[in-house]
Amino acid sequence: MISIGIDVGSVAAKAAAYDGEKIIATALLPTGWSPRESGEQLLKEIMGDLNITRDDISTIVGTGYGRVSLSFIDKKVTEITCHGRGAHYIDPNIRTVIDIGGQDSKLIKLNDKGTVIDFLMNDKCAAGTGRFLQVMANALEVGVGDLSELASGTEPANINSMCTVFAESEVVSLMAEGASKEAIASGLLHSVCNKTYSLASRMGVEDKVFFSGGVSKNKKLGQLLSNKLGAEIISSNESQFLGAIGAAIIGYK
Amino acid sequence: MRPEIMEEVEALRGVNSVKIKEAHEAGKKVVGMYCVFSPQEIALAADAISVTLCGTAQAPIEDAEKELPRNLCPLIKSSYGFAITDKCPYFYFSDVLLAETTCDGKKKMYELMGKIKPMHIMNLPQTAEGNDALEMWKNEMIKFKSFLEEKFGVEITDEKLKDAIKLMNRERSAMRRLHKLNAHKPAPLTGVDMMLAQWLKGFNVDKEAGIELIERLISEVEERMENGIYAFDENAPRILLTGCPIGSGSEKVLKVLEESGASVVALENCTGYKGLDVLVDESKDPITALAEKYLSTPCSCMTNNNGRLDLIKRLAEEYEIDGVVDLTWQACHTYNIESFTVRNFVKDELNLPFIQIETDYSDSDVGQIKVRVEAFLETIGSTVTA
Repeated sequence: MISIGIDVGSVAAKAAAYDGEKIIATALLPTGWSPRESGEQLLKEIMGDLNITRDDISTIVGTGYGRVSLSFIDKKVTEITCHGRGAHYIDPNIRTVIDIGGQDSKLIKLNDKGTVIDFLMNDKCAAGTGRFLQVMANALEVGVGDLSELASGTEPANINSMCTVFAESEVVSLMAEGASKEAIASGLLHSVCNKTYSLASRMGVEDKVFFSGGVSKNKKLGQLLSNKLGAEIISSNESQFLGAIGAAIIGYK
Repeated sequence: MRPEIMEEVEALRGVNSVKIKEAHEAGKKVVGMYCVFSPQEIALAADAISVTLCGTAQAPIEDAEKELPRNLCPLIKSSYGFAITDKCPYFYFSDVLLAETTCDGKKKMYELMGKIKPMHIMNLPQTAEGNDALEMWKNEMIKFKSFLEEKFGVEITDEKLKDAIKLMNRERSAMRRLHKLNAHKPAPLTGVDMMLAQWLKGFNVDKEAGIELIERLISEVEERMENGIYAFDENAPRILLTGCPIGSGSEKVLKVLEESGASVVALENCTGYKGLDVLVDESKDPITALAEKYLSTPCSCMTNNNGRLDLIKRLAEEYEIDGVVDLTWQACHTYNIESFTVRNFVKDELNLPFIQIETDYSDSDVGQIKVRVEAFLETIGSTVTA
């Protein structure tokens, strides 16, 4: 039998299929305006890819903000628990997951079985999240995906504000003073790194750290975090599917 | 199904707002209070009614923000908003207000509120330890007593104080017995109902009637327990809620916890068990006994506040707690800072899962709180079954 995990996030909906040993398929769609429809569409797609029917599936577990709107799931589990289980699948030596998405940053601590033993989340402001970087990239008139390369090889400009609104005016002032885009980009990544570090310091970081969420695509930030935390940071192409993978594995049990 | 008497309990607020109007019209004096540090006994001994004033609803916050900063704790903003908009009947009928110098926010807000109605402020020491603090607090009790004597033209005798102490001890004992019913596994009452019963006692114009109602509620719950009727099943994770006070209108986190399947069995906060733990010593000189009792309140405005940790530990054992939730109102610095100490204590000393939730009275972050709460309960579930 196969179990399916569906993770409907604020931006993208992800699915993963698990056969008891490994992940055999993944699928992705933009969430769009209807989390329920994109979830249903995603299920159809992954069943099509695997050439299976609903009868071949033992369990479907839903996770992510859209989990409550999925009518066809057998069980819902929060993305925090699912991320933990997903990270454990990728590497059983991972004890910490740093997940920075569009609106949340999370720090998740795991035991040797991949069970969540503690977690922290940012408060309801956007400081240090993907949204923060998006707004700042707009101020610099660059794509959010370009920040990493832009920031490599320069000394960071000093950015003190973590608040998205105040940091934006700070960036505008820096540009007026003639600071380079590269230095500002580097300064921004340092400030997200510091914010994440202070969240991480509240709980402590052990051994291998997995960096997930959309912001983990920023390679420079990963390096900065690794230096600051003094820990090995792992990230992979599967990181966007971490929640769906975890959900599929939880469903199999 | 909840106990039938809970409906009567819930109606208390409405019933009492009529009672307070009638009492006021009959010439009875009313002392309005906000805090668990307020010595109600002194007001009762002055033959006045002591009531808790409104401050747990979101509605008047917008009006309060015209005069108070936005980034202030919602409890202070709500209390002040009710006062300036005159939407709290208990505030309206209060002849005098009693306030204490607890946190900075309240202290400065009271300066503004004192312009609306006659207010007496008791200077609370910043520590509960040592004889100096107790002497100072005793002196504050005497000053409050003199204030009421002069204001109401009455004499507060030791005899009257002793009677008031006995009455309040009876109320505390009844409320404590009610709270302890939830030490049973599974809990017979939901945390929401327990909170309501504990919070509504503050509005009781007639203390005797209030005690009698709680005793009837206890009897009904005990009868239900004998018949095996409980609010939750045995497997529901048992939560101790600590931190800032809550009441009707600010029970958001408590509700999310119980809707997510937790059974909130112990309310350590000052609207719950905190004020019930210690009775006033009836054998001592009444002023000394009152000063000792109220100064023993383990509030985060005190330094240090190790008494809170001791109480959490005791309740965690007695109520077979599976996890501790610390609620902090936004901009409440004392509880917010102390949360780090509580986290370390709960995790290292008690070996229990812990989560702090920082929020306000609004519903804007309910979605995010749900994720946190559900993930927290999943953490408890996996450690319990592992």
